[in-house]
Amino acid sequence: MLGTGIIKGLAVTAKNLVGSFHDPARYVTTEYPEQRTKVPENYRNFPFLITENATDPMGTLRCVACQICEKECPPQCIYIEKSKDKKPDAAGKLQLYPAVFDIDTSVCMSCQICVEVCPFDAIKMDQVFEIATTGRFSELILNREQLAKDNGYFHSIHPTEAAEVDTRLAAERKASEEKARAAAAAKAAAAKPAASPVAPPQGEPRRSPAGEGGPKPAEKDPAP
Amino acid sequence: MSALPSLLRLLEVGPGLRTGFLRLLSLEPVQRPGSTTMTAATADFARATDVDKGAAFLERLPVVLRDWIASFFPESLRWVVGALLAIAVILAVFGSLFALLTLAERKVLGRVQNRPGPNRTGPFGLFQPIADAIKMLTKEDVVPREADQVLHFLAPVALLGFSILTFAVIPYGRRLVPLELDAAVLYFFAAGAGTELAVFMAGWASHNKYSLLAAMRALAQLISYELPLLLSFVPVVMLAGTLSTSRIVAAQAGWTWGFLPHWHVFTPWGFAGFVIFMVAAVAESNRSPFDLPEAESELIAGHLTEYSGFKYALFFMAEYFGMIALSGMAITLFLGGWQAPLPFLEFVPSYVWFALKLLALLLGFIWLRATLPRLRMDQLTRLAWKFLVPLALVNLGTAAFWQLTAHWDGPLSAARWVVAAVLVVGPFLVLGRGLTAGIATRTYRYA
Repeated sequence: MLGTGIIKGLAVTAKNLVGSFHDPARYVTTEYPEQRTKVPENYRNFPFLITENATDPMGTLRCVACQICEKECPPQCIYIEKSKDKKPDAAGKLQLYPAVFDIDTSVCMSCQICVEVCPFDAIKMDQVFEIATTGRFSELILNREQLAKDNGYFHSIHPTEAAEVDTRLAAERKASEEKARAAAAAKAAAAKPAASPVAPPQGEPRRSPAGEGGPKPAEKDPAP
Repeated sequence: MSALPSLLRLLEVGPGLRTGFLRLLSLEPVQRPGSTTMTAATADFARATDVDKGAAFLERLPVVLRDWIASFFPESLRWVVGALLAIAVILAVFGSLFALLTLAERKVLGRVQNRPGPNRTGPFGLFQPIADAIKMLTKEDVVPREADQVLHFLAPVALLGFSILTFAVIPYGRRLVPLELDAAVLYFFAAGAGTELAVFMAGWASHNKYSLLAAMRALAQLISYELPLLLSFVPVVMLAGTLSTSRIVAAQAGWTWGFLPHWHVFTPWGFAGFVIFMVAAVAESNRSPFDLPEAESELIAGHLTEYSGFKYALFFMAEYFGMIALSGMAITLFLGGWQAPLPFLEFVPSYVWFALKLLALLLGFIWLRATLPRLRMDQLTRLAWKFLVPLALVNLGTAAFWQLTAHWDGPLSAARWVVAAVLVVGPFLVLGRGLTAGIATRTYRYA
């Protein structure tokens, strides 16, 4: 009959009107600035740089200014200048570091390619979404001081990925130490008869530059 | 009380000319203190109001207050003061009702959609209307260079003016009629029809083809629905035998068996008339599901396209005023006006009952908006011309039958109800089938 549909519809809206006052399942609004929902772990927006030590962020950047991300970035939003000198990294190895590392967030498209290609696990995706600024130009370009966040923060936002990265890095460090020790022992053994001066171990990358998804360090042959 | 005769007296118009002029307007000379031209019906009304001389103080309060304020002015000016006071009270009360209604609408719509609605400005978002007003007032008022500057300005003003004019004849309570006219219902709908002119003015003056097309479409809708709106209250006028709003309310006084009010809505023809009236009122006030003239989610904004700032706000003020006025008229014609629903509730002042009924009807408007999707233009006009107009015409016959069988009692009374109910439901079913004929049940396939 004409009109029954209207009455059914009115009943539905009335049920919602009353239900929103006493049924929490219906009333799902979160009052945002006061209440916050936790963003999903896989949420990402803009990249940030990982530092090993929160007290000395600029001294312990994992980034070695290899500029792979700068070259791979599709919208070309990363700008890196290499340092003139070298600093020891977390493993004690002397490395270059970025004197300038800028990301233009107005250009960045959050594709995560920089993270995929980084061989040093130095750049990861952040979850900070309150990024409104009062200017269109300089405020949207983040420099390395703004980008640097310590590994603990990385653990707090992406726990699964951070744990995986840490175990991998620890295994690599162990492998490279063993390799260095073995090389030193071999050198020492060779030096005894030859009495040649001991050369320092070659400055080789801590792991394969294939990055994530590349060959796992455990599969690599640790023998020299 | 009676502004017009006094005005004519002020202009020193001869008595003969005055009565002639009033006849022309089909206004009978209305009661004045010491006047001998009181008609039988007004005397009736006066007697009815004399009965409640001892009524509660609250009931008399508005009139007492008005007379007290008027007493500070010389005798010759008192009618002006009384009229100005009525205007001031109407503007203040309905202005604030408009503000609160915008908030209530957004709150109710929010709750229906399971969200809180505005709650940032003040406690429970109570200052939201003030924030809206400040925003509207400070916005730039853009007028197109090609627009007709005068008409473009006059359209919202005229729209609001015509909407406010309709408030003059609604009886808000016992003896609370700003303007007691004998042709009050006629006046109400004549003033209400003026808004259509303003809508077309807005479309024409904007010098924008979309505005003009939208205004023509709006005009088609408003004129289509004017007809069922007018036809639906004709039975009320027929049975009450008067066009005066206060006498229509007085005709609905009393209770059957002490609990069933004699409101028109509780008769078969009155119920049908009320439903037709409300459907047409929704369309006349451009409210969803008949909000095609504006259709904010489909069209740009119809005839409002070239309006901004406070002129835009005036259009919405007029929309809400129209909605309030039509609800007030529906209460007067069908819901017993300011009458209490039950005898023992009569101690509550009459204007409170009017306000409660008004709020209930306005909530109904909001509820309807929250429920129904917008109609298409052809569905809209088909509903008016092929459904509401024939129903309203049949309803005239039902009302005539009801009036002619008023003396039936006992088992005949039951027969009277059955016949009247068949006269209401039968055409509804037949016409409803015609309306939906050829429309199969729609099945939705999702990709």
